[in-house]
Amino acid sequence: MTTSKRAKKENAIGLLKADYGGKPTTLCKGCGHNSISNQIIQVAFELSIRPHEIIKLSGIGCSSKSPAYFLGMSHGFNSIHGRMPSVGTGALMANHQLKAIGVSGDGDTGSIGFGQFKHMLRRNVRMAYIVENNGIYSLTKAQFSATSDVGAEHKYYGENQFPAVDLCMEAIVSGGGFVARSFAGDIKQLRALLKAALSHRGTAFIDVISPCVAFNNDDSSTKSFGYGRSHELPLHELGYVPEEEEIMIDSLDDGELKVVELHDGSHLKLRKTESDYDPTDKMAAIKRLQEAEQNQEFITGLLYYDDSRPNLAEVNQLGETPLAYLDNDSLRPSKESLDELMASFK
Amino acid sequence: MQALKESQKIKKDTIVNDFSLVVATANGTGSQTANLTILRSFFNMGIPVHGKNIFPSNIQGLPTWYHIRVSKDGYVSRKPSELLIAFNPTTITKDINELPSGGVCIYNSDIKGLPERDDISFYPLPVKELIKDIKMPPKQKSYVANMVYVGALAWLIDIPLANLEEALSVQFGGRQKLVDINMPLIKQSYDWAKESLPKQNRFKVEKMNKTDGLIMMTGNEAAALGAIYGGVSFVSWYPITPSTGIVDNLLKYLPKLRKDKNGNPSYAVVQAEDELAAAGMIIGAGWAGARSMTATSGPGISLMAEFTGLAYVAEIPTVIWDVQRVGPSTGLPTRTAQCDVAFVYTLGHGDTNNPVLLPSSIEEAFEFGYKALDLADQLQSPVFVLSDLDLGMNNWMGHPFEYPKEDIKRGKVLDAQELTEVENYGRYKDIDGDGIPYRTIPGNSNPKSAWFARGVGHDEYAVYSEDPEVFAATMARKARKFNTARSLLPEAEVKLNKKAELGIIAYGTTRYAIEEAIDLLKAQGLELSFLRLKALPVDKKLVRDFIESHKNNYVIELNRDGQVFRILQNEFPDLTSKLASIAHIDGMPLMATWVKEQILEDQA
Repeated sequence: MTTSKRAKKENAIGLLKADYGGKPTTLCKGCGHNSISNQIIQVAFELSIRPHEIIKLSGIGCSSKSPAYFLGMSHGFNSIHGRMPSVGTGALMANHQLKAIGVSGDGDTGSIGFGQFKHMLRRNVRMAYIVENNGIYSLTKAQFSATSDVGAEHKYYGENQFPAVDLCMEAIVSGGGFVARSFAGDIKQLRALLKAALSHRGTAFIDVISPCVAFNNDDSSTKSFGYGRSHELPLHELGYVPEEEEIMIDSLDDGELKVVELHDGSHLKLRKTESDYDPTDKMAAIKRLQEAEQNQEFITGLLYYDDSRPNLAEVNQLGETPLAYLDNDSLRPSKESLDELMASFK
Repeated sequence: MQALKESQKIKKDTIVNDFSLVVATANGTGSQTANLTILRSFFNMGIPVHGKNIFPSNIQGLPTWYHIRVSKDGYVSRKPSELLIAFNPTTITKDINELPSGGVCIYNSDIKGLPERDDISFYPLPVKELIKDIKMPPKQKSYVANMVYVGALAWLIDIPLANLEEALSVQFGGRQKLVDINMPLIKQSYDWAKESLPKQNRFKVEKMNKTDGLIMMTGNEAAALGAIYGGVSFVSWYPITPSTGIVDNLLKYLPKLRKDKNGNPSYAVVQAEDELAAAGMIIGAGWAGARSMTATSGPGISLMAEFTGLAYVAEIPTVIWDVQRVGPSTGLPTRTAQCDVAFVYTLGHGDTNNPVLLPSSIEEAFEFGYKALDLADQLQSPVFVLSDLDLGMNNWMGHPFEYPKEDIKRGKVLDAQELTEVENYGRYKDIDGDGIPYRTIPGNSNPKSAWFARGVGHDEYAVYSEDPEVFAATMARKARKFNTARSLLPEAEVKLNKKAELGIIAYGTTRYAIEEAIDLLKAQGLELSFLRLKALPVDKKLVRDFIESHKNNYVIELNRDGQVFRILQNEFPDLTSKLASIAHIDGMPLMATWVKEQILEDQA
């Protein structure tokens, strides 16, 4: 069959898509998170990423379980609740040559790990930071999270009185240079954003609305599948084009293209659906997010982009060899240097 | 004037190189430079000396005392001072009243209302008068005013000016300009004292040769150097007294000592948003293969509890320095203690055990600085180093540090090539029976190398598992690993006295008061043996033999509850009748006389 032949197709480094898979998912059937895992697998395959050149990290929660379900040939770290950013920061300072995917949830990032999330963006650690946002604490059975809708109802907790945190807004004001929003069901857009995120110079933040089929899939919830499909408002159509690949864009007029050059030399092409939207304009991005909130819409696409700020490894002027791979002679200064120091203390 | 009164009660005998001096000032007046200059002048006169800064949690205004112990016999523990430099009006009454009979008080005579005492000698210094002609902005003027007591003291106890000048130069890191500003003030005050004050004959210093070849340094600086010579490559931290000096010194020396061939730093230091993030970063770095560490104190340790448990479960190497201060809670943040031992030993919820190193000197701060990084890699575990404020922030004499004799140890790490020879690799398999598995680090190109680090239950392949047998087996292996640690950790120091029926067990900086107390008690006819722990868990045989060979063993420590006493009771339940706790916490370093009295009281 043609489909099975296609599935067996090797990528540029001779790996099959299956080589990028992980353990079978233990999340619920139809969970948006599984769809995101599948896109990560697809994207890693398409980009021909060497499995040992990427790490995956997460915190705690349904979303944070998912790194077990993709990139099984890559090292991973399922850390503690809300602290994926610090573990990722340390790991990527130990080995700044690695690519990294961090997966978190709305509780993990928006509540317990809010500080670490913002500080990671501030430090601009080179990582694709994905929040699988379902607006609810699912693993502990449906408590409100910081991104739950105001006015949402729960049988024990009553009505949610607090406004939802907009993680994209927080990412922008924290200094994030790549801030995007997508929807777990929008495969095409998610893939393009993931590819771009994995090439970004610093922290690339993607808030993916990922409906919970078990607890928060009432169509009245803004994080339900039904709501998502009917209210999603893409800002641009995205086509990510790595340099080694032919440019494949559906018929676009020149005037409709905005090309953003990524740090590694590849290009992200944005198709504007709102002709005046400029993702390099911070104020416009904030304004657009505010408007969307007022209209209860999702703005999807790359909302803000600025790669001018050095990442943390660049700030620390790290050389080519990762700190983790320094040989013993590089690790320990010479005996002469110690003797000299000791003489100065006498 | 009191100084000129001749009292029958004033003792006339002269004491040379054997006294304590305390300088009482207000915090933020810049007295530290003056005090360290005095300290260093004794040191370069060849007299064994040690200084302790007893300071408040405050930037300016609250009282601070600097204690200097001068001891021809080399004792460095805290001892009540016979000689007082009283420059703080707020505390002057109490300071003077605390002087023993025969004491000497050098005071700022601008301070009025001194308590009357006829059994001590008073030496007034008209500080305002002495500095009035110095051309300096008023702010700087008060700063250099401290040099007045340095000069007067030099005259009164015979510190040669040349030694003071040398000490100043060391203090200012060789910046001659600063020496040239301060030295004339010292000289002026010296000359004034020579003219105006009767020579004091009670306490004197004379040159010796007992500091030849020794160095002087703070424990925090030694710790930083130890870590650097242990190959530390990644540091994350959050500022907290009294540990900050470790990171300051890392940042002082790393740029000189750790550059790659292109001149790039082969290290990174990241200031975290809190201790929680600092712990996360060093654990992430340890997992990814870098030698990592942090330095913190009690409240920071509290925040690191969850992450320590994760590192214990996922078996990630990293090093945590805890420069202990007084807890619980904010406690006495600028005072010393040994009150975190029990906490860090089992830090983490569930059954967690962490190896703990217990340095007592600058030499050990250096040695354990590099050994901790080796041990973390060898044991694939967080390793704690428990220093304390007294060791970390005060200046101590010591022998120049010895370059590590053995190569850096990275433990059981398999590279891509080595992994090809491994069949069915499992991250947590106990191949060697010592409880220590083999790890791989990210970047390993062998397709077998990947494993998923996690705090959740997992099997030998690091795969999620809730299987009761698998969990029990994993915990049993970790207990085995902790037992392996006993043989890898630094061995306790034992000073066995064949005549002794009594033993003392202690650790860290209390050793100085204890060693002196042992000598004091020996002079009274009571013989004691001494075992100084350098690490936990203890070497079972060594410690058991020691305990068994004495009728009774005092476990002496600077906390309320006898934390190590309790740990030893747990280790040796059959020997509890031979163990007794002497525990004390008030924020101050132990005194030999106190230790002596506790033991005599118990023996009475």
